[in-house]
Amino acid sequence: MSAFAGFVRKEVYHILRDKQTLWILLLMPLVQVLLFGYAVRTDVRDIRLALVDPAPGVASRALTQRFATSPRFQLIDVYRSPLPLDEAFRSGVVRQAVVLPADLDRALLGHAPVSVQLVSDASDPNTGSIMQAYATSILRRWHDERTGGNPGMRVALATRLRYNPTLESVNVFVPGLIAFVLTIISAMMTAISITREKETGTMEMLLVSPLRPWAIVAGKVAPYVLLGFLNVLLVLAAARLVFQMPLRGSVVLLLAECLLYILTSLALGMVISSRARTQRTAMIAALAGLLMPTLMLSGFIFPIDSMPEPLRLVSNIVPARWFLLIVRGIMVKGAGFAALWGETAVLAGITLLLLAVGARRLSVRLD
Amino acid sequence: MRVILFLMRKEFLQVFRDRATVFQIFFIPIVQLLVLSHAATFDIKRTALAVIDADRSTMSMELMRRMEGGGRFEVVLVQSTAAGIEDALLTRRANAVLGIPRGFAADIARRSPVTLQLQLNAEEGAAVGIVLAAAQAVVADFARSAGPTGPVTARVVPGVPLDIRTQGWFNPSRNYKHYMVPALLVSLTTIMGLLLTAQNIAREKELGTLEQLNVTPITKGQFITGKLLPFWLLSLLIFGIGLVVGKLAFDIPLRGSVPLVFLAAAVYLVVALGIGLWISTFTRTQQQTMFVAFFVMLVYLLMSGLFTPVDAMPRWAQWAAEANPVKHFVFIMRAVLVRGAGLETVAGPLIGLALGGAAVLGLAVRQYSKQTT
Repeated sequence: MSAFAGFVRKEVYHILRDKQTLWILLLMPLVQVLLFGYAVRTDVRDIRLALVDPAPGVASRALTQRFATSPRFQLIDVYRSPLPLDEAFRSGVVRQAVVLPADLDRALLGHAPVSVQLVSDASDPNTGSIMQAYATSILRRWHDERTGGNPGMRVALATRLRYNPTLESVNVFVPGLIAFVLTIISAMMTAISITREKETGTMEMLLVSPLRPWAIVAGKVAPYVLLGFLNVLLVLAAARLVFQMPLRGSVVLLLAECLLYILTSLALGMVISSRARTQRTAMIAALAGLLMPTLMLSGFIFPIDSMPEPLRLVSNIVPARWFLLIVRGIMVKGAGFAALWGETAVLAGITLLLLAVGARRLSVRLD
Repeated sequence: MRVILFLMRKEFLQVFRDRATVFQIFFIPIVQLLVLSHAATFDIKRTALAVIDADRSTMSMELMRRMEGGGRFEVVLVQSTAAGIEDALLTRRANAVLGIPRGFAADIARRSPVTLQLQLNAEEGAAVGIVLAAAQAVVADFARSAGPTGPVTARVVPGVPLDIRTQGWFNPSRNYKHYMVPALLVSLTTIMGLLLTAQNIAREKELGTLEQLNVTPITKGQFITGKLLPFWLLSLLIFGIGLVVGKLAFDIPLRGSVPLVFLAAAVYLVVALGIGLWISTFTRTQQQTMFVAFFVMLVYLLMSGLFTPVDAMPRWAQWAAEANPVKHFVFIMRAVLVRGAGLETVAGPLIGLALGGAAVLGLAVRQYSKQTT
């Protein structure tokens, strides 16, 4: 056991000696929480709008006024004809246009439908739909006011957005960021530190030592467990103090789940390092192989529910997906273990599987 | 020039000697492009809906049927009280709850206003907007057609109806892939190129071979060029393959000029790889390099408008984004490929990228000292 303790001490020294890396490891996640918390938003605001109004009149001026004062829109220009639209859209100066008919004032008095065209830049279809929905609602309100409303059947829909009523982006991003930082620190750092020993030849020295192979690996990952945990605490503290992010569930449960996820990522790093022979292969696998899938298949940015069926199945093997459900559940929804045991079990299962694979592939001999 | 060629040859040999790396360099970006492109959408297709139906009438059944009819909702639970609903929301068995009040059918028959309750699980943030819009559409549709028919049709609705016609330019079929594939390609190429470049010098430092290079008469400029060019070519190749794959697999539009896209890619990659080089001039180990590179990349990618619109960011962040090369390149790619923009539109960002490239390379050359400390 003392040999093992000595080995862990050596690893800790390795990490502590390199002050630069340590600072980077501890501060970068913090900087990211602050940066993303303030800057990354998913809502659509300040839509650059152009109106095409061939014959300005009372009605069209009222509409222009409505758009100009709406916080959602930023009125760029009012054109007389739809001709400049082409160029305005192409260059991205305008993203949404409302084209009014030439005979608007007359049409409003008549009985035929008033035809208004909404043109949106749908190159981003999501934003395109949202812009259209906003513009439509302003048009409808304006029209109701002009024509005295439409007394049809009234079925109102009272909506309550649960758990995150103001749709704070921070509540969505912080859990994702925790998952991300833990995945990369734990998986990449372990993978690289083990392959470094292989590459520089010191692994052979370790293997001929009386330490068992599993003890070598355990000793290598132990300091990173601590480091990852420290990161979780820092990120959580920043989210709570700076962004007042809710933590509705149990803190103990949250930290325990984080610990489990650190183990998952470490196991992932182990599997990578057991296959890779050089640091380059290890880091490409860890970074290029994990970065985008963790970002995109975990529900961090794109909801899992929006993916096609086969991909939803694939997302099941992404550990971050389960961890994200757990962290959001605890922090945002205030769920207890009773609601999260399924996700926890899956995560634990993945961890065991990875550990088994990693241990089996970890040969006592180098090839 | 000869020196640079020799250096390049050495780099290529070192990369291609290692089968695992070659496999990774080409395999990872392409597979991820093929797989992840399907994931990049906010369009929630099916939401598990629980219905608290206190009315239990044919009218409430009809509403439920319509909710399901659009294909957006799947009724997973129908009960007459709210018991256990909290739990269903917590465990994500249901992500939406529709409450139909007692007397719903009677109110509709009397044409008195009714209010339905809708609860949505908003833990995923703004993405819930699409679900809400879908529910509103179904309810509005229901309201228009429901109610007693006979006497109502006799009542002429005053005023003229508003006929709103919508057009989605550039992407009329609202295919999210057309928008995301070019951007994903940018990020995958960036990750690969930046990593390879950054790791390369760090590795030479760690193994001590950098000192061997330092005692040769190779100049700083030659050294940086020799390190940059091979990976620049590789990245450009990945980019080209990715573009072909995107065209074949996803039929992404190529409305603008393809040579212009490649010109932009060539300029952009100098910046991206230059950043990798620059990182590796001040880090000491490969581990450290990877870590810094990872964080820099994450900031660049998440603040580039790739996933979330730049317009939605606060003002200061939008200004900061001006210094983000990924943002400019993503903008150029989407402008040229999807909107068919020409040189006059993208000249600004392109010049910006070129200046950025020059600055980063200058920094890297200055920072890289031939003496090891």
